Amino acid sequence: MDRGTPAVSLRNISKRFGQVQANSHIDLDIYRGEILALLGENGSGKTTLMNMLSGIYFPDEGTIAIDGRKVMIDSPRTAIELGIGMIHQHFKLVDVLTAAENIELGLKGKLNLQQATRKIREISDAYGFDVDPQQKIYDMSVSQKQTVEILKVLYRGADILILDEPTAVLTPQETEKLFRVLRNMRDDGKAIVIITHKMHEVLSLSDRVAVLRRGEYVGDMITAETTAQDMTNRMVGHSVTLNIERPEPVDPKPRIKVSGLTVLSDTGVPKLENVSFTAYSGEILGIAGIAGSGQKELLEAIAGLQAVSAGSIAYIEDDGACEELIGKDPLEIQHMGVALSFVPEDRLGMGLVGSMDLDENMMLRTYRSGALPVTDRKLPHQIAQKVVDELEVATPSLHTPVRNLSGGNVQKVLVGREITSAPKVLLTAYAVRGLDINSSYMIYDLLNQQKKKGVAVVYVGEDLDVLLELADRILVLCGGKISGILPGRSATKDEIGLMMTRVGGGAEKNDA
Amino acid sequence: MTRETKSREPLVHISRRGAMPWWRAWLVRAGAIALALAVCALLCILVTGTNPLDIGRTVFEASFKTSRKFWVMLHSVAILLCISLAVTPAFRMRFWNVGGEGQALMGCLASAACMILLRDSLPNWAIIVCMVLASCLAGAIWGFLPAFFKANWNTNETLFTLMMNYIATQLVAFFCVVWENPRGSGQIGIINQRAPYTQLGWLPVVGGNKYLLNVIIVGVLCVLMFLYLSFSKHGFELSVVGESENTAHYLGIKVKRVIIRTMVLSGALCGLTGLLLTGGNDHTLTTTLVGGRGFTAVMVSWLAKFNPLWMILASFLLVFLERGAGDISTNFGLNASFSDILTGIILFFIIGSEFFITYRVSFRRHGGHRKEAIAK
Amino acid sequence: MNFAAFLAELVSFIPRAVVQGIPLLYGSTGETLTEKSGNLNLGIPGVMYVGGISGVVGAFLYDQAVRGRATVDGVLDPQLYDRLLNPFLSIAIPMLSCLLGALLMGLIYCFLTVSLRANQNVTGLALTTFGVGVGNFLGGSLIKLSGSDVPSIALTKISIFFHQPLPFAANLGWFGSLFLSYGFMAYLAVAIALLVSYFLRRTRAGLHLRSVGENPATADAAGINVARYKYAATCVGSMIAGLGGLYYVMDYASGVWSNNAFGDRGWLAIALVIFTIWRPSVGVGASFLFGGLYILHMYIPTGTMLAVKELYKMAPYVVTLIVLILSSLRNKRENQPPQHLGLPYFREER
Repeated sequence: MDRGTPAVSLRNISKRFGQVQANSHIDLDIYRGEILALLGENGSGKTTLMNMLSGIYFPDEGTIAIDGRKVMIDSPRTAIELGIGMIHQHFKLVDVLTAAENIELGLKGKLNLQQATRKIREISDAYGFDVDPQQKIYDMSVSQKQTVEILKVLYRGADILILDEPTAVLTPQETEKLFRVLRNMRDDGKAIVIITHKMHEVLSLSDRVAVLRRGEYVGDMITAETTAQDMTNRMVGHSVTLNIERPEPVDPKPRIKVSGLTVLSDTGVPKLENVSFTAYSGEILGIAGIAGSGQKELLEAIAGLQAVSAGSIAYIEDDGACEELIGKDPLEIQHMGVALSFVPEDRLGMGLVGSMDLDENMMLRTYRSGALPVTDRKLPHQIAQKVVDELEVATPSLHTPVRNLSGGNVQKVLVGREITSAPKVLLTAYAVRGLDINSSYMIYDLLNQQKKKGVAVVYVGEDLDVLLELADRILVLCGGKISGILPGRSATKDEIGLMMTRVGGGAEKNDA
Repeated sequence: MTRETKSREPLVHISRRGAMPWWRAWLVRAGAIALALAVCALLCILVTGTNPLDIGRTVFEASFKTSRKFWVMLHSVAILLCISLAVTPAFRMRFWNVGGEGQALMGCLASAACMILLRDSLPNWAIIVCMVLASCLAGAIWGFLPAFFKANWNTNETLFTLMMNYIATQLVAFFCVVWENPRGSGQIGIINQRAPYTQLGWLPVVGGNKYLLNVIIVGVLCVLMFLYLSFSKHGFELSVVGESENTAHYLGIKVKRVIIRTMVLSGALCGLTGLLLTGGNDHTLTTTLVGGRGFTAVMVSWLAKFNPLWMILASFLLVFLERGAGDISTNFGLNASFSDILTGIILFFIIGSEFFITYRVSFRRHGGHRKEAIAK
Repeated sequence: MNFAAFLAELVSFIPRAVVQGIPLLYGSTGETLTEKSGNLNLGIPGVMYVGGISGVVGAFLYDQAVRGRATVDGVLDPQLYDRLLNPFLSIAIPMLSCLLGALLMGLIYCFLTVSLRANQNVTGLALTTFGVGVGNFLGGSLIKLSGSDVPSIALTKISIFFHQPLPFAANLGWFGSLFLSYGFMAYLAVAIALLVSYFLRRTRAGLHLRSVGENPATADAAGINVARYKYAATCVGSMIAGLGGLYYVMDYASGVWSNNAFGDRGWLAIALVIFTIWRPSVGVGASFLFGGLYILHMYIPTGTMLAVKELYKMAPYVVTLIVLILSSLRNKRENQPPQHLGLPYFREER
């Protein structure tokens, strides 16, 4: 098909950060009326490349042409003037301002919010957005905030849109809605780039897919003519089996029995409603659900960090003796052998202290030991050494602040620390968040080792494919309720997907 | 992870350094102080018209000429250090306590109250015990209030403690009138100076030197505070709370309790400083008794990177320069406020120098690649 | 006390409260503008001192120059002096020197906190030490230079131009004394407060400024020059606050500078910022309220218990504290301090 002059054409683009070659000699064309999926592992340079297009980085070498004309994009402002708009993973919005005010931010000329409101309404109507320009950002849901970001870009007249992992925080319904909007825009003649690593999104949304690997451009293909397996191969560079080891649970015994658990938020909204299940020793219980369906509250309730309004959580010993966890101090629960490693979005926010070194981060768990009011420094040092050795954490020394480590190593430190306490129950959430495939497999291995040792592992994950291959059973949460527990070996993705959006998996079709 | 570095080679590029070796960091600070002294000397020469050697000698002699001057200097260092030690645990917790002034003043007030109200009913030793308890309690209450509201409702502590200073000042002003001596003067004067109350509630003189006891007490406190912050479980907990409240919560640290506990400690130590002032040295109560040291302490603590041992040096430096500047102004017939100007200049330089320790400044080079940290 | 007497008392009380409030209004308007950029300038008390003394220095130099020209054969001719005193210069010279002095203070603060990313609390406190020092040092030196036998310096003639009330004020009874009896700088203070309020709420630059104080990273990504806005807001804010010092000496104190007379009004101005929950337009009324609270102790009968007066002086601070607590209890987002207040911004920070 004849696609005319590319809207954007990148030629021979390279970018280095210190010793790391983030992009090397990349050639890429982006066309109008097309949705391009930019696919690649973490650290393959997708975001760096697009940041150069949106004026945040400046390339070390290479040229950028817009509609065949060579340009220098030296600031976000220049990018905007060239019609390029990027929607970042982390929203750039001011909470106390309204949508309209946020959209007007950084523009020139006299401020006329009424006129802006009108124009925003026009754009919203054209694309079917549902946003009140007068609403304050702090009152908005994640997907509304994202809509404001998209509006901001459109308002500035952008016709080249870049979205960096836009669906990471959305529910399936919201994702579908976003995709409809993006398709509308494509039909409107805009050029759209979506950075993602979710294969099914690539397949359902994009017209063409370009693959990056280790900062290099591997090639592009028409989406309709390729398969997930093919794309994965190109992305990783060699054919990988997506198979994750899954040994049969040995001698499973009930370990944690949750019954009728209900948790309310500060404002009285139910976060968990009447949740009941049992986690067994020697198995991995996967928990699936859209972000914010109560996963965090569930794990925190078990770990004693969350106030519970009804129900019980029983810890069951090998000999069948029961002990109620609700009402216990987080410390007591920890001493009973329940370990929690929760990887939050910013990785460091929970569980680790960025400015402290490895020793001190190990000490976070051990500092209370001993009757004296003085901290013991030898033990954490030994643990740190052990974690670094066993998990191959890449760090200059044990006295490096963990903030200076790379994401994968930070997560190894966190999960490693929780494992060294030889837990009976290991609760992990998003343990592979943002990790590349190799690091992820390392973490899966760790979890499997724990499972073989007879630990009851509860694994909250984002990627359904992984859950399906790793977990022995999968518990699906939907809006704080359990919509079902499926055997991991026989469940299908469709099944789980449906249950994530509707309790019990009853088929309510979103307007097709 | 997205990084928002704009790498359009600007003329000057600023990036965060890794750790700088401690000796280099102190070299930078020493350089800044030297520079500040040069500017101050220049200013002195301009204003007084004397040669820099005279000025230098004056500054040095202000602290070291006589043994009395030396001890007065040492005592000032001790008092400043004591308030600095007091506010430091709060700062480690990222709790910006600028209320050291008020907390110390409340300690002065409580001590004075004990000296005046109990002198008829209790023996000397009992008065002193009451003074210690009362001054700590008064300071602790002044520390507790902002902490309580910060812990429960996240009320801005800088503004809260600031207001508490003036409430304390007015309370002291109130009691200065209530206990005025002689009548109608609106001032308290030296408390318990004459019979029948001679020196009741005055802290004992040790080793024949009226400053020595205070200096010893503060020295011991300094070591204790160092141990508390670096090796105790409490000290570790408050650092964690300061760095990341989420992590502290996740570890089962009771954040509210730590905030309140730390500020009560902070306030109580400030109150104790008040005791050292009213009970130990000045034996009086005025609204200006603390003399802005509550604010200077913020700077001392910050200059020393919240490390009690370095604080000895920082408070010595500030007192030394302040006394020097004070003597310059008297010797050369200047207004006493001249010393404030010099102190200000020196502080500006030291504050500014921290930038060169934390950040690296590089200038644009063509063709080369800038070194930059990479996020993976 | 009967009602008429009470009213008369009130009519005499309100103008006194207002003139007490004006320096605070200048200070709080300036500080609000500064804080909206995310800079918590605790150096405002120092800035106001420097503003006041700079104005005095300007007025003093002008006064000396005119005196020189009006001195015939070594004797000052008072009538010639009066004639030579130009009303425009009498106002412009002190005002410009005040603005210049305050601007320099603002620049010091900005250079340290914005360019060098120093801790704002520490820098502000150092600036206050420095500013109060400069004020008292220059004041003391001028007192010495003028050879005055009281520890103050009087620029009475020049100050007349500052505290001239509006025409008709004397003829309009209570209306005149309530609304028209102030010098022009009082009206200027109200005008500036309203202007700043309009600027923050209605203009694009104001919107940009608010976003810088709330979320500098977002502002930066939107192409707003964060450092430039911080500098501009802080320097202009300092200049506005400096005018408060000028008003205090040239109008309120009738051109008499004595060291430390300005007192703790600078801190009260910071309190006022909190009290008005960062709204300069609210500051107009609130500053008069604070002014009233500041002098309330003179009006409240205390009988023999003089000490109670000292407790009344506590009122502005206690009221501010209550507002601070209440606004955090209610936790309404609009009433909170700017989110990034007191924190340095560094683009590459993770």
